[in-house]
Amino acid sequence: MATVRLAPVLRSSAGGSKQVSAQGSTLSEVLADLYERYPALREQIQADSGEGLSRFINVYVNDQDVRFLQGLDTAVGPNDTVILLPAMAGGHQE
Amino acid sequence: MGEASREIMRKARQQVPEWTPSQVKQALDQQSGSNEQEIVLVDVREKHEWNEGHIPGAIHVPRGFLELQIEEAVPDKSKTVVLYCAGGVRSLMAGSTLQQMGYRNAISMSGGFGQWKNSGLPFVQPRLMTDAQARRYSRHMLIPEVGEAGQFKLLDSKVLLIGAGGLGSPAAYYLAAAGVGTIGIIDADVVDDSNLQRQILHNTSRIGEYKAESARETIEALNPDVKVVTYIERLDETNVARIIADYDLIIDGTDNFPTRYLLNDAAIIANKPVIHGSVFRFEGQLTVFKPYEGPCYRCLYPEPPPMALAPSCAEAGVLGVLPGIIGILQATEAIKLLLNIGEPLVGRMMTYDALAGEFSELRLYRDPHCPACGENAHPEDLPTYADVCAL
Repeated sequence: MATVRLAPVLRSSAGGSKQVSAQGSTLSEVLADLYERYPALREQIQADSGEGLSRFINVYVNDQDVRFLQGLDTAVGPNDTVILLPAMAGGHQE
Repeated sequence: MGEASREIMRKARQQVPEWTPSQVKQALDQQSGSNEQEIVLVDVREKHEWNEGHIPGAIHVPRGFLELQIEEAVPDKSKTVVLYCAGGVRSLMAGSTLQQMGYRNAISMSGGFGQWKNSGLPFVQPRLMTDAQARRYSRHMLIPEVGEAGQFKLLDSKVLLIGAGGLGSPAAYYLAAAGVGTIGIIDADVVDDSNLQRQILHNTSRIGEYKAESARETIEALNPDVKVVTYIERLDETNVARIIADYDLIIDGTDNFPTRYLLNDAAIIANKPVIHGSVFRFEGQLTVFKPYEGPCYRCLYPEPPPMALAPSCAEAGVLGVLPGIIGILQATEAIKLLLNIGEPLVGRMMTYDALAGEFSELRLYRDPHCPACGENAHPEDLPTYADVCAL
């Protein structure tokens, strides 16, 4: 199973986990497996269902941005790591 | 001069060619247009003599250190090395030494700097640090990558901080300590007691004061060399271009998306690097957005998240020390860029996880279709979006 690492702002949507395992041989399968267990993650990653990845999130497979690989069709092996990194608001909070 | 030293001089004169100051000037003028610097001018006098004035473009290698330093200063032994001292004696003996070391074209300037100056030829007085500055920055001066020239560069540099909060506080504090000569701070907020857990430029007695003014007081107490320019306003479309125009680079410590996009686009138009940092609870990240050399913020995130998905800014929380770490890393990147040393975090996002005690790095890529920095981009008319935190 692939490893999925969640940026801090996503963890509340995944029961507080920092890292979870997910099944699938492509990014889109891995994400589908993730949404099954953590439905709240879907709108953070693919806000419009059926569409591609949201424009306010970056997804990396083994440290490579999937926009420059094959997007949702990027192959994900069992030893690969998927990183989900949405835009962060926090600078100096008032 | 004794008999033995006269003999040394006589031998040196036979071996080392001599040029008059006007011959040297002519030779220097001839090569001034070309890129190939065939002639290297070396001043072999003592430091105090050099400080009182020297020939423009000369390098300084005191005769006492000649054998030890010349090969580093002039590695190519086929160059024409013109040596000068005050009167033409020490340079003659230095020429003889260089010949022994394998320099094939060592020349001594007859009459030395004294005759050069008396002939009305141009000279410069090196910029000198005050004794207080020399002591204050002595630990920088000992690092070859900074040194005296680097310290002057820092003193001449101008850095703008967007926000004197969690990230801006440590960044500004260390930049001031390092002797960055002008620090601009834009912040319209006042100090609140909930800030003091992390915003170390401020203190309990300043609660209610403008943060920019409080920052100025702290910085001026630390280092009188630093000029602090305060802007008690919010960065917006009407002031961004005017404010950033005066600075070499910008440290982004903003707390909201509109400012981040606004700053991104204006910095691309003005071609200024932005050192971006953000923090959340126990984690932080930073990168350098250097226009056209690496990605910009819009390459990474073409749009901000919708309001419903953005974490509630006031409730997000952060471990107080965390913006300290990220802010200091931002200051470090700023100094690297200002001195043009090392590998800046351009195209790389560094992340820090305090609980795990882990740094990691992600490669970032420019988007060729980026609306702000890609081909056919128009950074001047992009939307900056509503403030998801303010709503």
